[in-house]
Amino acid sequence: MEGLLTQPFLTSLLFGAVTAGVPLLLAGLGEQISEKAGVLNIGIEGMMLFGAYCGFAVALYSGSFTLGFIGGGLGGMVVAAIVMLLCIRFGINQIVIGIGVTIGFEGLTALLHFFEFAQDNPSLPAAPVFALPIVSDIPVIGPGLFAHNALVYLAVILVGVLTWMFRSTYVGLNLEAAGNKPAALDAAGVSVLKTRALAVLSTGFLAGLGGAYMAEVGAGSFGPFMTGGAGFIGIVLAMLARGKPIWVLLGAALFGASLSMTTALQVAGVNVPTDVVQMLPFAMVMLVLVIFARHSVLPPALATPYVRGDRG
Amino acid sequence: MSAEAETIPGQLPGGDRLKEIGGTAARVLVPVVLALIMGGIILMILGKDPLAYYAYVARRGLLTWGGLQETFTRMAPLLLIAAGLIVAFRAGIWNLGGDGQFLLGAVITSAAAPVLLRALPDLLVLPICMILGIVTGAIWSVVPALLKARYGINEIITSMMMSFLGTSFANVLIKLVFWDPSTTVPQTRTLPVDDRLPRIIGTTVHSGIIVAIIVVILVHLMMTRTSFGLKLQVVGANPAAAVHAGLNVAGLTIATFAISAGLIGLSGAVDILGVFGTVRADWNPQYSFLVVPLVFLARFNGYGVIGFTFFFSALMIGGDSAARRVGVPQFFVLVLVALLLIFLAVVEYLDHRRRKKAH
Repeated sequence: MEGLLTQPFLTSLLFGAVTAGVPLLLAGLGEQISEKAGVLNIGIEGMMLFGAYCGFAVALYSGSFTLGFIGGGLGGMVVAAIVMLLCIRFGINQIVIGIGVTIGFEGLTALLHFFEFAQDNPSLPAAPVFALPIVSDIPVIGPGLFAHNALVYLAVILVGVLTWMFRSTYVGLNLEAAGNKPAALDAAGVSVLKTRALAVLSTGFLAGLGGAYMAEVGAGSFGPFMTGGAGFIGIVLAMLARGKPIWVLLGAALFGASLSMTTALQVAGVNVPTDVVQMLPFAMVMLVLVIFARHSVLPPALATPYVRGDRG
Repeated sequence: MSAEAETIPGQLPGGDRLKEIGGTAARVLVPVVLALIMGGIILMILGKDPLAYYAYVARRGLLTWGGLQETFTRMAPLLLIAAGLIVAFRAGIWNLGGDGQFLLGAVITSAAAPVLLRALPDLLVLPICMILGIVTGAIWSVVPALLKARYGINEIITSMMMSFLGTSFANVLIKLVFWDPSTTVPQTRTLPVDDRLPRIIGTTVHSGIIVAIIVVILVHLMMTRTSFGLKLQVVGANPAAAVHAGLNVAGLTIATFAISAGLIGLSGAVDILGVFGTVRADWNPQYSFLVVPLVFLARFNGYGVIGFTFFFSALMIGGDSAARRVGVPQFFVLVLVALLLIFLAVVEYLDHRRRKKAH
């Protein structure tokens, strides 16, 4: 066991936690925007997968990681546009369409992978690292936390930006109104459907970006079903965070750490099934829910389409 | 969600009945055709011949005796999950944790069956194992059910988390407790073929399919013809009204969860007792996630779901071997189901709007 506590081990543990946590963070923040506006975005797994595929493909063919990230975000937005049309414009059940697009893009990206990449399994070179000056020189913590791809820092900054946006801008307040009392927003002369559409598209971009990070930085390649439920964890994080971006960050850190622990223990050859470690974050969250069970704070209009003048 | 409740076909006066059946057929057939066409276009883009693919899948999944038997075998677990989901969805409870309930039902069954066989005859062991599967699934739903019933905590998130937890827990059980010492890959002890669910005479299809069809029909009748089922539907359509009507909403919520998860646990048990005889670590066919769209496609209707499950099973079986023969991986089946779901939703929406305008 002593071998586990060496500096390189701890560093790689931290590094892995960040790498695993960032996609969850981006997905969770994205989902939070949708949920605020009253849209339950179950399709986020599909958005992440298509983002991962597009991000990887663009980065591979263009040679630019940044273009890849943008491509991934746009890919996620394409999926979000489908959700937007069907759920917001047409008012079709959000859970049905969410599961539909997830299954569809699981299939489509696996299919595209089979025809395009399965033969020679191309992979990307290591992603560029932007080490923060000074703090990255701290032993263990420095290389673990502060020597990552620039997207990681942007994602963390986004937590602050969203907190400010939700609290002090019209856009943020409109989002909240669209989820809490859509009719009031409508009466105030702001289009509920447009507000929700904007929210869903932003979710798509962030989820796609998270997927692209997974493929380009985390794995360096694309594989079928590679997001492995990260989108669903994102949904869980957003719901637990009760509208506060900082809680998404903490949750993503917790889940990221346990995912990283799983890989680290495997590498170290410890004789505990990794499944035990995988259970920990979920068990913890359930325990917290059971102990501190209160009415969960979710927008009242969540998952209900808005129809003007409808009293339902 | 109220839109769903509205579209569940009700009892219509005699003359409109025929028209309604025709309308329903059109609403199902049009999306199927559209999905097949759209899927065909995707295949063409990928450089494959769609007609050859569809013909092969139809032949392999439906038109050969061997393929048809495989299709029926695959239907059994899917139908039982569908039955469980119908109960929950009709009651407005989104039990999305089926994968965990299914796997735990499967693991407990496969661990118990060989032990029970030492003391008891087959005839008793099989039903006991099925009950074990039901109880296991139901137990796994207790926490989300209580949190929903007592504190109104959204069951989508809690059932999903229990599902992740259950998937990992199933692996832990296999690796730490039930690992068959004679195997190198972690798996439970294998149930001898002779002790599994008896096959329907003259076929390779195990009798689980009969159980499944009976269960789906019973569930459908329970939800539409009994006061218990109607109470659940009231809770689903309008929980506030249900409280005012004096219904015990908390109790009904817990009962719904238990029945739903129990049936999904039973599905795991039947799949093990009928087909596999053992559970390997990391095995997760994700059936329940795939069945959710089918249940929606059938608009929570038990008879409709039998049709859709049959269609989907044939696609899965045909799609599996098409991967080897036609060079189109089975992932394409997922795309088809998603297209079907989306087209069905759109056709339904257009139909709804047209009728609204007509009024």
